[in-house]
Amino acid sequence: MLNDADRIYQNLYGQQGWNLEAARARGDYAGITDILARGRDPLIEELKTSGMRGRGGAGFPTGMKWSFMPKQSDGRPSFLVVNADESEPGTCKDRDIIRHEPHKLIEGSLIAGFAMGANTGYIYIRGEYHNEAERLQAAIDEAYGAGLLGENAAGSGWDFNLYLHRGAGAYICGEESAMLESLEGKKGMPRMKPPFPAAMGLYGCPTTVNNVETIAGVPTIMRRGATWFSSLGKPKNSGTKIFCISGHVNKPCNVEEELGIPLRDLIDKHCGGVRGGWDNLQAVIPGGASSPILNKEMCDTQLMDFDSLAAVKSMLGSGAVIVMDKSADVVKAIWRLSKFFKHESCGQCTPCREGTGWMMRMMDRIVQGHATLADIALLEQVTTQVAGHTICAFGEASSWPIQGLMRAFAPMVRARAIDYTPALQQAAE
Amino acid sequence: MNTLAEPTDFAFDEAAEADVLVAIARYPAGKQASAVMPLLEIAQRQMKRVTGSAWLPRLAMDVVAKRLGMAPVRVYEMATFYLMYNLQPVGKYHLQLCTTTPCWLRGSDDVVAACKKITGIHGFGETSADGMFTMTEVECLGACVNAPILQINDDYYEDLDGARTEALLETLKSGGALPAPGSTVGRHASEPEGGRSVLLATTSTGE
Amino acid sequence: MAKLTIDGIEVEVPNGSTVIQAAEAAGVEIPRFCYHERLSVAGNCRMCLVEIEKMPPKPVASCGMPVSEGMVVHTDSEMVRRGRRGVMEFLLINHPLDCPICDQGGECDLQDEAVGYGRDHSRYDENKRAVGNKDWGPIVKTVMTRCIHCTRCIRFSAEIAGVPELGAVYRGESMEVGTYVDKPLSSELSGNLIDLCPVGALTAKPYAFTARTWELRKTDSIDVLDALGANIRVDARGAEVLRILPRRNDEVNEEWLGDKSRFSVDGLKRRRLDKPWIRKSGKLQPASWEEAFAAIADRLKGMPGERIGAIAGDLCDAESMLALKDMMSALGSANIDCRQDGAALDASRREFYLFNTTIAGIEEADALLIIGANPRRESPVLNARIRKRWVAGGFPVALIGEHADLTYDFEHIGNGPAALQSLADGSHGFAEALKSAKNPMIIIGQGALARPDGAAMLAAAWALAVQFGMLNADWHGFNVLHTAASRVAALDLGFVPGAGGKDIAAMLGGGVDALWLLGADEFDTAKIGAETFVIYQGHHGDAGASRADVILPGAAYTEKPGTYTNMEGRVQQGFMAVSPPGDAREDWRILRAISAYIGHALPYDNFVELRARLAQVNPVFAAVEQVRRLAGTDASGPVAQGAPGDAALVSAVQNYYQTDPISRASPTMAACVAAHYTVVAEAAE
Repeated sequence: MLNDADRIYQNLYGQQGWNLEAARARGDYAGITDILARGRDPLIEELKTSGMRGRGGAGFPTGMKWSFMPKQSDGRPSFLVVNADESEPGTCKDRDIIRHEPHKLIEGSLIAGFAMGANTGYIYIRGEYHNEAERLQAAIDEAYGAGLLGENAAGSGWDFNLYLHRGAGAYICGEESAMLESLEGKKGMPRMKPPFPAAMGLYGCPTTVNNVETIAGVPTIMRRGATWFSSLGKPKNSGTKIFCISGHVNKPCNVEEELGIPLRDLIDKHCGGVRGGWDNLQAVIPGGASSPILNKEMCDTQLMDFDSLAAVKSMLGSGAVIVMDKSADVVKAIWRLSKFFKHESCGQCTPCREGTGWMMRMMDRIVQGHATLADIALLEQVTTQVAGHTICAFGEASSWPIQGLMRAFAPMVRARAIDYTPALQQAAE
Repeated sequence: MNTLAEPTDFAFDEAAEADVLVAIARYPAGKQASAVMPLLEIAQRQMKRVTGSAWLPRLAMDVVAKRLGMAPVRVYEMATFYLMYNLQPVGKYHLQLCTTTPCWLRGSDDVVAACKKITGIHGFGETSADGMFTMTEVECLGACVNAPILQINDDYYEDLDGARTEALLETLKSGGALPAPGSTVGRHASEPEGGRSVLLATTSTGE
Repeated sequence: MAKLTIDGIEVEVPNGSTVIQAAEAAGVEIPRFCYHERLSVAGNCRMCLVEIEKMPPKPVASCGMPVSEGMVVHTDSEMVRRGRRGVMEFLLINHPLDCPICDQGGECDLQDEAVGYGRDHSRYDENKRAVGNKDWGPIVKTVMTRCIHCTRCIRFSAEIAGVPELGAVYRGESMEVGTYVDKPLSSELSGNLIDLCPVGALTAKPYAFTARTWELRKTDSIDVLDALGANIRVDARGAEVLRILPRRNDEVNEEWLGDKSRFSVDGLKRRRLDKPWIRKSGKLQPASWEEAFAAIADRLKGMPGERIGAIAGDLCDAESMLALKDMMSALGSANIDCRQDGAALDASRREFYLFNTTIAGIEEADALLIIGANPRRESPVLNARIRKRWVAGGFPVALIGEHADLTYDFEHIGNGPAALQSLADGSHGFAEALKSAKNPMIIIGQGALARPDGAAMLAAAWALAVQFGMLNADWHGFNVLHTAASRVAALDLGFVPGAGGKDIAAMLGGGVDALWLLGADEFDTAKIGAETFVIYQGHHGDAGASRADVILPGAAYTEKPGTYTNMEGRVQQGFMAVSPPGDAREDWRILRAISAYIGHALPYDNFVELRARLAQVNPVFAAVEQVRRLAGTDASGPVAQGAPGDAALVSAVQNYYQTDPISRASPTMAACVAAHYTVVAEAAE
């Protein structure tokens, strides 16, 4: 188990104060001026060396992402956008950072903005997080008051303004280009790539979008060093991660742990175990709604990091672990995710707009016991027609849970169909 | 669009106007369209403050469009795309029930049933006869380790079950104020029920 | 330039091109629904998927993918076909199977592509989506269940028309294209939405359930309902013109057409003059050609040439105007005029009355001053070109005259001619914009010319053009915006008073004893002298015919071959789509026949000889389809007595939908007036 001393988020649970004074007492902003004085390139190098991969779901190396930003401005300003649109079902980690450790996010934003040559940052926070947004705004106000933001932020000689932008209920805005559209005052409809945001992002200017947990982890990495961070976790999967364990465990909770922790340890040590014991486990969705589901056999030995989960055709995603014991209707659980994706499809491109509804309706018939084996085969085929054909990764996100279900629970799904004969066929017989 | 309930007039009032100026100032010059979401929210909150119902009449959308120099249809697109803009009046207490998988696994069906029982509402999207409650099904609210969640207006009520939901709504129905938001089983935040398993050495200063 | 390979064909295209453009250059067709070369790239339909080597192993939308050197593209691989089949299936699952009752049938992109990528049956067993239809006014019929959400209509209205009133509201599978608030579309270009819609969601309301495309005979022609000279295709079945569509001509109308030009077609069947008429005891009586000719010959016999006059109308073809002019000169009359509105057009030099910059040349301009015109109402497609230039940026626009929504921003300098002075003396800030521009241009409208001080306005505008360097060897920034399709050809022919001849004002009020109106309806016929014998030759029972003593039924523009010169001086020819109705005849034939009847037979016996005569009168008529920007090397301007007055300038066109006998006879145009202008009237209240 991770040492408490190695946890980035000492106040994950809000057992201490959130404000600047309490944050400083935890070490936030310590030596911030000196950190910035190292210069842009050394900061990016440090981050690269740390092996930090994006905590939002895709796991892209953060240092590399930062290095895509122009070193010299062509006249356009650069922007930092922090993705706090936490909406992937099962995920509730950024909420804790925002309400309990807001200054880590603010300090991280300052470092990121400085390192990427951005004088302005926007934190896009989901609209439902109303109280969290008020808390974060209060913390930003504090930081401005203390000279940590604004002109010559933290005495660095760099001007950095940080603003909050509230969403209004659209999961798709968590997709980085949809987020930029939304920030520009448009519907959250993803853009085609290329161009990538680092070339043409917010207002057509170079922009980097990072997840809250990614940015909030940066100050500690800069203070404790890349080697410290990379000594945790596994190679290419370094550092710690906040896991959100929900569903059928005795004590659902958020916990910061090392990447690579066995799934079973995560559940047993931090969550009081699966309801009814490990043997009562039926399934786990390991990384948020879009990550393919694992069956019990897979869970027994599963390690929780990017590469270990990719190896079983699933993914770490946002680190949201949704646990189901044997009482759960796994098919219905996935149907509910299909309903989620159908509801959250932006509607822009054909395969997603039409496919998510179709997939949900077929899942619905499987749940109701009104699907034939042919229907199930068709559903699988439809998922492949959606995934890989859309503007953004939503096509994959909405297809993978069903594909995962078909892989991990094939006999169960087929069993639901085997007894069903459509009315037409019955009439014919 | 419920044209019957359309007001005949809408303008930002003094309190809203201050917020409008702050919101617009957050974005670069010439990019004021970025402020469309905050302005729609400000308008909706003003409706709540003035009429008791948080919703967005079309007139308000037109006011926002004019203020930001946008074509009205671009604002209608925004208001209909994002779920939090209410295109029809809602009750004093807007019950936003998460039924997505993590909440459903933890018993959101019971929360839904409790809401229906106490408010007399038959289905999502409806408002109770007394105009006090509107029930809306929402997707994941992002507080899954404290599932199931019921969001009432701006506040999250967490770790609910049927009985606690009924008690909560009974309080409101009988004129009681909204209790403090958060867990209904005494959890402080997202730590395991019964106390933290990690960070034990850090002193708890409370909040 | 970047070199890439598409299906084994090597092609070189400019950097920044997209793969779909490169495929076009290579002659490889890629199916598409949302992509349109004149609209922004949306990338939403996903039909144009291709496979690109050395990229992640999934198909790529070719419309949004920039080319790069050495790229290897496959447009017909198994991955591509599978991808497109999948997209097609998704498009069809919620698309109704109502092709038999859909007006788009036979010219539907979805139908066409379904042949290649569709299945022979549907695998979709769920309930289909139904979407309520919208009321967008008299032009566009909506069947929204057919919508495939390509957003072409939304992009057209926002980007090209500049009237952003369409949007996609709600989201996901509930997304609907619409205005959200029901109202008629307020663009004069709304008919183009019908062409752009790749399916049957937006079809032509007046044309609903009229014909199938394969029943139609298609004839190339030129629009005459404004002076742009839009290239059109006239679709007819039997003797009836059923619809008019734009033809592509990038230098003129690109592929757009104004609603009046497209939908006045029902006016071609109403109020038609289909036999000769003679006024007897004050009442018009039907007559034979023989009787009509005899009545005219009778009156003209012995009448001195100076007592005879002719006025050419706005819709006339060059051939019939030349025939009329030749006949008038045979009769010894120099009393001819084409300027029904009395506009002070100076025919002495071509550049005094042309849109010299040329229509496509607008895109090279970098500042614009509009004087006494509303381009949106006078020529909406021209206005779209101005807007296109404005959207590209760095194009300050100013207006002197009536304020209006032109779909682009402009500085309103003033209502009256005094504003010209503020530019000339540099006291207005826009003078600086004109001065610093490399290719500035002026557009002066008929609203500035058709008034007592019109000549002075023309001279003042020319002087401004000279002062601000709009005339040089490479650039000509002086432009007259015409509203009459016949006008430039008439001026090129010299259809203006000859030596000692009378202009229209002098011919009215008894200035002549006989007056030949060739389709002339746009002046106050009450001003014709009570004793003047009026011959009206034309196709509609409008103002001219009701004052006539003899009516000779002529042919509308769809019923005769004809030459038209547009406002930039481009000579274009239209073909005959249908025969004139009843006893009506092509106009030049009527003139040829009457000229022989009265003993002054015109020297051409067929159309070829008449066209040869045209080129002889003015060589410009020989250069069909060509336009060359005149060099602005002669700064000497039109001569005018006095200075402009101070009356406010108003546009020559107040009602876009009804400007001529055809559109005034059109029920669709009447419906547009009712739908559109009452909305405006209500809003103003």
